[in-house]
Amino acid sequence: MDSIKRAVNSFGLPRVIILAFFVFLLGMAAFYDLGIPALLGDVIRRWGMFGILVLAMVPAIQSGIGPNFGVSIGIIGGLLGSLISIEMRDMGYFEATANPEVVSVIIALIFAIVFAGIFGFLYGLLLNRVKGSEMVVSTYVGFSMVALFNIMWLLLPFRSGTSIWPIAGEGLRTTISLADDFGGVFNDLLAFELGDMSVPTGLLLVFFLCCFLVWLFTQSRIGMMMRAAGSNPNFARAAGINVNKMRVLGTTLSTILGGIGIVAFAQSFGFLQLYNAPLMMGFTVVASVLVGGASVVNARIFNVLLGTFLFQGILTVAIPVANQMVPEGNLSEILRMIISNGIILYALSKSREATR
Amino acid sequence: MSEEFVLELENISKEYSGNPVLKNVSLSVKPGEIYALIGENGAGKSTLMNILFGMSVIHETGGFTGKVKIGGQEAKFTSPADAMLAGIGMVHQEFMLIPGFTIVENIKVGREETLPTIASRVFGKSLERLDTERMAADARKALDAIGMDINEFTRVAGLPVGYMQFVEIAREIDKENLKLLVFDEPTAVLTESEAEQLLSVMQSLSDKGIAIIFITHRLSEVMAVARRMTVLRDGEVVASKPIAQTDVVEIAELMVGRRIEKLVDDESRSVAPDENAEIAVKVRDLFVDMPGEMVKGVDLDIRKGEIFGIGGLAGQGKVGIPNGIMGMSPASGTVEVFGEKVTFSKLGDALSKGVSFVSEDRRGVGLLIGESIAHNIIFNTMTVKGGFLGLGKIISHHQVRAHAQSMIELLDIRCVGGSQRVGSLSGGNQQKVCLAAALTLKPRLLIVSEPTRGIDIGAKKLIMEYLTKLRNEEGLTIIMVSSELAELRSVCDRIAIVSEGKVSSILPPEAPDADFGLAMSAVGSKEVE
Ligand SMILES: Nc1ncnc2c1ncn2[C@@H]1O[C@H](COP(=O)(O)OP(=O)(O)OP(=O)(O)O)[C@@H](O)[C@H]1O
Ligand SMILES: [Mg+2]
Repeated sequence: MDSIKRAVNSFGLPRVIILAFFVFLLGMAAFYDLGIPALLGDVIRRWGMFGILVLAMVPAIQSGIGPNFGVSIGIIGGLLGSLISIEMRDMGYFEATANPEVVSVIIALIFAIVFAGIFGFLYGLLLNRVKGSEMVVSTYVGFSMVALFNIMWLLLPFRSGTSIWPIAGEGLRTTISLADDFGGVFNDLLAFELGDMSVPTGLLLVFFLCCFLVWLFTQSRIGMMMRAAGSNPNFARAAGINVNKMRVLGTTLSTILGGIGIVAFAQSFGFLQLYNAPLMMGFTVVASVLVGGASVVNARIFNVLLGTFLFQGILTVAIPVANQMVPEGNLSEILRMIISNGIILYALSKSREATR
Repeated sequence: MSEEFVLELENISKEYSGNPVLKNVSLSVKPGEIYALIGENGAGKSTLMNILFGMSVIHETGGFTGKVKIGGQEAKFTSPADAMLAGIGMVHQEFMLIPGFTIVENIKVGREETLPTIASRVFGKSLERLDTERMAADARKALDAIGMDINEFTRVAGLPVGYMQFVEIAREIDKENLKLLVFDEPTAVLTESEAEQLLSVMQSLSDKGIAIIFITHRLSEVMAVARRMTVLRDGEVVASKPIAQTDVVEIAELMVGRRIEKLVDDESRSVAPDENAEIAVKVRDLFVDMPGEMVKGVDLDIRKGEIFGIGGLAGQGKVGIPNGIMGMSPASGTVEVFGEKVTFSKLGDALSKGVSFVSEDRRGVGLLIGESIAHNIIFNTMTVKGGFLGLGKIISHHQVRAHAQSMIELLDIRCVGGSQRVGSLSGGNQQKVCLAAALTLKPRLLIVSEPTRGIDIGAKKLIMEYLTKLRNEEGLTIIMVSSELAELRSVCDRIAIVSEGKVSSILPPEAPDADFGLAMSAVGSKEVE
């Protein structure tokens, strides 16, 4: 009994509750005969899809700016990168290469990193001026960027037929198919089927690689300095560390991961989503990392892995279960909203009791 | 129901993740009694008081067994607020103040005085207006009671630790229904005269019928004020006695289980550098703008291989000197270390010139509370000198672990291992980690501010001997800033006394007490004229 108590304590009660809820949903899914393997395959796919976006929270939290609600800024950078890649493919730049899809995703990633990097740097400078209220400010800066780019998407000189409205002949579409570009490049790499469960090996490998790189960074000299600046600015100062620089670094890294994350997300989803699609992404990814046991001042890779899995797992399984329980079409959509926002609220309210 | 005891602790046991830190501890305190709780670093004193005060760390780590009785009735505190309602106050070992608030706000937080307003007459007490004047007056009274003449509207952030200590105490004595007050090492950062002042405050509280539990490593204070005492060793009660039936030597023996002699043996001092020795640190016209510890023009010449003491009363500026040199507070003037000029405005400049610093504010500046002992020990060495990095500039856990282990043994840090979180160490052991970190840098000049704050007498001897050894064998130059004159006199070659932001005189350790006393109050008395 005592050892169980201790195990629960070290894992954190909120996570035990959420895990229990997930298992309960799986039980319900089995009860309604919904095909557990296929559902699990879905959970794994979404785990990989959202993973890197959630990973973007780690450098932000560690550098002391807190959970990056403004991750949509990075997402916009990633969208720009993807659009440029589509444009270049359209001009025929990749045709000569052995593997146009791979080249196109690499080009998308490179431009995503460049744009997200620039945005992140400026955003970091801004956050240094509003110390103490980063969470509110980042949320609104994220919103404003989305609003600004609602206009930009109409104005930017993209010309590819894939991207723009076919009739108007200008302005980017709300959803852009990646079927001819890099759609599914990661997902299909080394993918295999286990009964009804499909495993997107490549996507998971990319996700784990990113996790590993971020982990390596936290173990480097600069990474340690950034963590110190975040957890105790006075200590960092005494150690000769420029706290503001470290915060900008953390913000930039977080934004870049947001850019990479959306490219991985979009290739799995098969579409780029512009306009208001990135608006609420900040809440989803912040909630995920908090569900995984991070707090607003402390986050580790483990929190990302666990939190994304639980959050996406619950959403994926809850929808079909809710559909079975409440067959009337609209209600299940409402239930889905209640469940996802419920988890977000629960995670936010429990974020202070997080494990270390 | 007779209230023979205000507090009875019965068979208290507590473990932290399987590691027992208190074993069947029982003690009882009578009203108005000053009761001393003594023990080595990590003996479990603060843990016992945290249990009494219902601190959240206790529940979060699995609670405790045994009973706490207040006025004969069992009390089950689930939070410090419960304990406060029951009339228990606590001055914590690690400060619990809100840095952005003023002194008044810190003293009054949670117990604000209010005045009725129109809205409050209709909607109830929560809409009453703050009675700032009365709050300020109360705060002033509490500050006066402990003899602290600082403006009560000063912000706490940036105050020297000695002041924070007094603010904590003022907050507790301002509480009205106080029955029992716990002091967890209140005098660790105070000079003898300030400590004496505090002891007299304690005495007068006790005369009013308030019982006091007093935790300290200064045994002379125990002898001076306490009526009874309990000694803890490794979480067990080894003795409970009236003070009248014991003496310092016996208490010390009970604490550590062996005899403790003088801090440092006399012959080791003979290695002090002579007057022609190279100058290691040259300070000219140093001004430091540190709130509450202003330095107003200090000149010093410190010789290579010297252990140089800086003493003085709290608030006179002794703490400002190292903080200015290290760039923690704005400073002007010139400081040369081994002939190289330190640029104050350049972050970490002193550090990169081979100076390492142990801050008096260990939780605020000295440590990364959430990180492991090992990471805290190697952090500066890694960032400043690129040490402990292995393949591909990634931290080498293997090297780190080995070095941390050697430091843990060297300084006798009581812990489960190098990977234990620093925040879960006892106060004294945290202090040893700070020292270990500074020594790991292998500095040419070591500046230690309150190096033995909260360290027990056994460990103090060990640390002082080790510092003296470093000086003797490796020619390390040491500047030691301390409130404890006795400590300075036992190891230093020369001692500068700082008063009113200036050096009032530099004395040899064997100078008569009167000279030190005079120096400490020197400039102050001039002003009276
Ligand atoms: N939160 C915690 N988690 C794990 N262990 C802890 C925690 N807090 C304290 N300990 C351990 O409990 C023991 C007793 O610590 P405590 O703080 O009570 O010592 P202390 O007698 O107050 O020492 P000091 O004189 O140094 O202040 C120590 O070994 C310490 O490492
Ligand atoms: Mg203690």
